[in-house]
Amino acid sequence: MPKHDTPLLDELEKGPWPSFVTDIKRQAATKPECWDILGQVELSYKDRITHWKHGGIVGVFGYGGGIVGRYSDVPKQFPGVAHFHTVRIAQPSGMYYSAAKLRAICDLWQKYGSGMTNMHGSTGDMVLLGTTTPNLEPLFYELTHDLNQDLGGSGSNLRTPACCLGKSRCEWACYDSQALCHFLTNHYQDEIHRPAFPYKFKFKFSACPNDCVAAIARSDFAVIGTWRDDIRINQAEVKAYIDGKTPSNGGAHSGRDWGKFDIKKEVIDLCPTGCMWMEGDTLKIDNKECTRCMHCINVMPRALRPGAEQGATICVGAKAPILDGAQFATMTFPFVKIDAETEFEEVVEKIEKIWDWWMEVGKNRERVGETIQRVGLPTFLKVMEVEPIPQHVREPRSNPYVFWSDEEVEGGFERDIREFRKRHAQ
Amino acid sequence: MGYDPANPMQDRITDIGPPHYEQFFPAVIKKNFGKWLYHEITQPGVLMHKAESGDECWTVRVGAARLISIDHIREICDIADAHCDGFVRWTTRNNVEFMVDSKAKVQPLLDDLASRGNKFPVGATGASVSNIVHTQGWVHCHTPATDASGVVKAVMDELFDYFTSMTLPAQVRVALACCLNMCGAVHASDIAILGVHRKPPMIDHDAISGLCELPLAISACPLGAVKPIKATNSAGQEVKSVKVNADRCMFCGNCYTMCPAMPLADPEGDGIAILVGGKVSNSRSMPKFSKLVIPFLPNNTPRWPETVAAVKNILEVYAKDARKYERIGEWAERIGWEKFFEKTGIPFTIKSIDDYRLAYDTWRTSTQFKFTSHIK
Ligand code: HEM
Ligand code: HEM
Ligand code: HEM
Ligand code: HEM
Ligand code: SF4
Ligand code: SF4
Ligand code: SF4
Ligand code: SF4
Repeated sequence: MPKHDTPLLDELEKGPWPSFVTDIKRQAATKPECWDILGQVELSYKDRITHWKHGGIVGVFGYGGGIVGRYSDVPKQFPGVAHFHTVRIAQPSGMYYSAAKLRAICDLWQKYGSGMTNMHGSTGDMVLLGTTTPNLEPLFYELTHDLNQDLGGSGSNLRTPACCLGKSRCEWACYDSQALCHFLTNHYQDEIHRPAFPYKFKFKFSACPNDCVAAIARSDFAVIGTWRDDIRINQAEVKAYIDGKTPSNGGAHSGRDWGKFDIKKEVIDLCPTGCMWMEGDTLKIDNKECTRCMHCINVMPRALRPGAEQGATICVGAKAPILDGAQFATMTFPFVKIDAETEFEEVVEKIEKIWDWWMEVGKNRERVGETIQRVGLPTFLKVMEVEPIPQHVREPRSNPYVFWSDEEVEGGFERDIREFRKRHAQ
Repeated sequence: MGYDPANPMQDRITDIGPPHYEQFFPAVIKKNFGKWLYHEITQPGVLMHKAESGDECWTVRVGAARLISIDHIREICDIADAHCDGFVRWTTRNNVEFMVDSKAKVQPLLDDLASRGNKFPVGATGASVSNIVHTQGWVHCHTPATDASGVVKAVMDELFDYFTSMTLPAQVRVALACCLNMCGAVHASDIAILGVHRKPPMIDHDAISGLCELPLAISACPLGAVKPIKATNSAGQEVKSVKVNADRCMFCGNCYTMCPAMPLADPEGDGIAILVGGKVSNSRSMPKFSKLVIPFLPNNTPRWPETVAAVKNILEVYAKDARKYERIGEWAERIGWEKFFEKTGIPFTIKSIDDYRLAYDTWRTSTQFKFTSHIK
């Protein structure tokens, strides 16, 4: 495959940030189809429009997801990318790898693909970018037999779940997000690989309210770690912050002179619930008032730790704006024990209850958050058999248009207008 | 035995899921799993995590393009082999993390990374601009209104010093999605760069019958702008097709998703909108959506100077004006959005006033406001 002139893309080789153009050129030495990637993208830069066609149903036998079909609309000019399907490979929880594993994946992609990847796709999968239909089955065979890896999800199914690195390296993890993510990914392989839902469904697991995987913004089922007892305080370390011996926020602000650390200004006054105060040198927290926002803990990681009675809050129904507007996930289950001993049965039970209902009432291409919007949160809570609590709302409704039901009203809805008229003339 | 094309179902292995993560843990991570006490960022891009055992895990975080070659991954493996017992991880923001078990091993690792040109910039910790999460753009997708990798490269070149330092009031998360589908879920980012179309779909009457199920194309439109009609194709035959009521169209591209005979991409029509002030963490304030402040910037290839300048301007005005810990959205809410527009010099246009569903939530129903230059 010949090299194409790419004057526009060459401009993206300049500057301090790593250049994908330079990288693709380097790969072209052993994977000449990379010249055609550059050639077609250059044409897009010239025409200011994409040159990929609207997909195509491709995949491996028995799976309804994991491969995204893609064809060039200028295949004669760029035969190396005429077919350019994507292979999604499920990532290990927390995205840790060994060099040996990565090299094996690279070798596989040297053999069967373009040599280009996305590390990672926005869902979390490793994305191998660009192969042909005939390569799919042999690739899948070697992937499963030799690499012990599997495809991720795409289409109207459970998408590859993703988690934060949790307990493996974060002191704030309130549950083992990796264990839960790994367990559910394996438990629901069928749901990942064979679309049976009204639309896509995503799990994301963040082990504390900092929510590093953005679960509350982009997953239908967001499991976010929390605690229900008292923030653990080390008063000597609090003092070390006040005395300026430890940098605030783990050193996150050390690039600018923000002045001497001021615990009142930086912690106590920024606490959204105003539940902290100093008594002499002692930091006090009225833990019953704390909403576990994480701010004070973020600022003084050596002095403060999440409480010891840990679990997760589960929020349901986030989605990007398409179509009715963006939704964050709604707090549904305030505190759930995340227990590997019972194979996470409390979580599994909730997931399946949501699916059973959504698969029945969800319309085609309706995310569960939209279904909840359509029927209303009260209906959803009833279906989930969750007791309504003030925590489910930011504030009570401001209209009085309550849907009372027949059973709720004394005497029911059935009445006799003739009886009524005897007492109230028309 | 390898794959046998004549017998594709033989010895088939399916549904094995990802390998267990624990086998990929560096020793210090495995040993101290769940027993971390605290962390400290000792310099931009270098994190030290202290365990109850007294062990330390030192992490060096480096930026990367999301679109990377296998040769680049192999180079990452070489570095992991040389310094990290052959282990490495990625973050959700496309950064790569090299972990070692003592401080003494950090400098040799940093030196090695620095010796490899600009491939491994160290940073993305604390009050910095971390890597941009983004989608496919012209490198792979069929619906984009802008490119992804190129815009990201141009913006990161300009914000590079903020990646490698920690001088901002708080972390700033930038995200890009190349069309309104927002695969990258940019709707809760401090600064979101979003590809938008501005011309309604064209209808390919020659192709529509072969490519599309008309009822699906019609019901795809959230605004009911797609209607069935009888049209004439270029061969002069009457075909069942659709038309689009342009006054109703909000250029979402949902019809094109359902029906490839309704393309809406256009070199002049397509470009970028900028949204700001979203966050996902619960820290201090609740999660927030990003808000549209610049409705359109052109696709000026190859380096999108207007977009780069707009992002940098917002970032730098915020950096100067916000208080320590304040995210962009928290800052804008404290000073008021009218002040945000005044301070950034971004012209306020009618396009920032919501007229879609649930719009009323964003209108001001109070006599509280500030007298900015907008009030003549
Ligand atoms: C030539 C016809 C079509 C092709 C080649 C095609 C291809 C694709 C591809 C590659 C995706 C991305 C999938 C992913 O994100 O993993 C997609 C998305 C989607 N397509 Fe199509 N499509 C076609 C027609 C249709 C039709 C007729 C429908 C509806 C019945 C449809 C429904 C969807 C849906 C719901 C998505 C949303 C994204 C998702 O949930 O993954 N597509 N299409
Ligand atoms: C469907 C909704 C509503 C209906 C059908 C309704 C109907 C009425 C009627 C018929 C009256 C006259 C009563 C009388 O003096 O004979 C009235 C009075 C009034 N309404 Fe409403 N109203 C509605 C909603 C509201 C709302 C939302 C507000 C305020 C936010 C409101 C504020 C008032 C006030 C202040 C009066 C005067 C009460 C007084 O005489 O002191 N109404 N409304
Ligand atoms: C021990 C390791 C980590 C620490 C100490 C940490 C700390 C934090 C803190 C303090 C916040 C922000 C809270 C605030 O708004 O003030 C945050 C947010 C965030 N972190 Fe982490 N984090 C860690 C690991 C990670 C990892 C591994 C990732 C990604 C793979 C990540 C991705 C994010 C993201 C995306 C946000 C932004 C949420 C937003 O937009 O508001 N973090 N993290
Ligand atoms: C109608 C709505 C949507 C359609 C039609 C759609 C379609 C597509 C298509 C065609 C692709 C393939 C891009 C490529 O590799 O060529 C894609 C990728 C993807 N989509 Fe969507 N999408 C939709 C909404 C969303 C939403 C709301 C999200 C997330 C909240 C999402 C998440 C993803 C992710 C994570 C990818 C992987 C590609 C990447 O990481 O760049 N999609 N989608
Ligand atoms: S979500 Fe919380 S527990 Fe998970 S990595 Fe982020 S800060 Fe740590
Ligand atoms: S976690 Fe948040 S709400 Fe709770 S004490 Fe700390 S700052 Fe206040
Ligand atoms: S955001 Fe739009 S253009 Fe970009 S990858 Fe997703 S569907 Fe394609
Ligand atoms: S682009 Fe969106 S609003 Fe316009 S016709 Fe298509 S579906 Fe309807």
